Amino acid sequence: MENQNPTHNEHRDDQASKLGMWLFLFTEILLFGGLFFVYAIYRYMNHDDFMHASKHLNLTFGLVNTIVLITSSFTVAVSITAIQKNNPKLALRLLVLTILFALTFMVNKFFEWGHKIELGIYPGSEYFLSLPKGEALFYVLYYFMTGLHGLHVIIGAILIGVTIYRLKKNRITHDNYIFQENAGLYWHLVDLIWIFLFPLLYLIT
Amino acid sequence: MSDNHQHHIVSYKTNIIIWIVLLIFTGLTVGAAQLNLQSLTVFTALLLATIKGTVVALYFMHLKFDNKILGFFVIITMIIFSVTLLLVFLDYGNR
Repeated sequence: MENQNPTHNEHRDDQASKLGMWLFLFTEILLFGGLFFVYAIYRYMNHDDFMHASKHLNLTFGLVNTIVLITSSFTVAVSITAIQKNNPKLALRLLVLTILFALTFMVNKFFEWGHKIELGIYPGSEYFLSLPKGEALFYVLYYFMTGLHGLHVIIGAILIGVTIYRLKKNRITHDNYIFQENAGLYWHLVDLIWIFLFPLLYLIT
Repeated sequence: MSDNHQHHIVSYKTNIIIWIVLLIFTGLTVGAAQLNLQSLTVFTALLLATIKGTVVALYFMHLKFDNKILGFFVIITMIIFSVTLLLVFLDYGNR
């Protein structure tokens, strides 16, 4: 109940802090949820076009990125166990690893998008305008959903960067690590969304 | 009244097991997509994704060990999400 550390007697409520983070995550779920509804209806209306367009996505890129994100989620989860067990050094290393995974994900995405754009598959291109309406819709959703997700990967990596800074400054300790937990929750959400995006975009052929 | 110091610690071993389970399910997702399940393709993919998502939420996001109110809120959010999806399709189906 009381803080045992006499130098640290500021008010703190980790439970409320975490609940606040979850409430924010719910708005994120509904944001992506809306996009999933759009995808579902358009897929229903343009079944064959969606199948055809989905075949042009590179499964290898998608699969590698799925494994990268799941592993990065794992390193974040272990870093929280590490800080709880009073091992900030290990926690720090795992978080650095997480940022490297985030970078790997974005580099993959860069090449994946780059290749598509080279082929002329991007909204507004001449080739794009000649595509059947359903296929064009699929690619618009593909760019928008993976783009919004990519933005979340960048924000998540920045949050983890701040966590690393705080760990270094000893502002995150084994009895005060709610910031790390909340940053971790955000990162897991990014992983969770990808778990649904991956089969819907890459595998439904 | 906060219980800042009473946290369940998920062991390193549990984390590793969960990671392996997630990788296996990723393999299953890709494998199932290669089979020609026709109309069941989407259902299977979403079912496997939901299982993976639940595992992430329960273990990596600590819902299993945290205050029950968090899990309760997550379930309410999922109900709102499902009802909205149902309404969207009811609307679409009746046009």
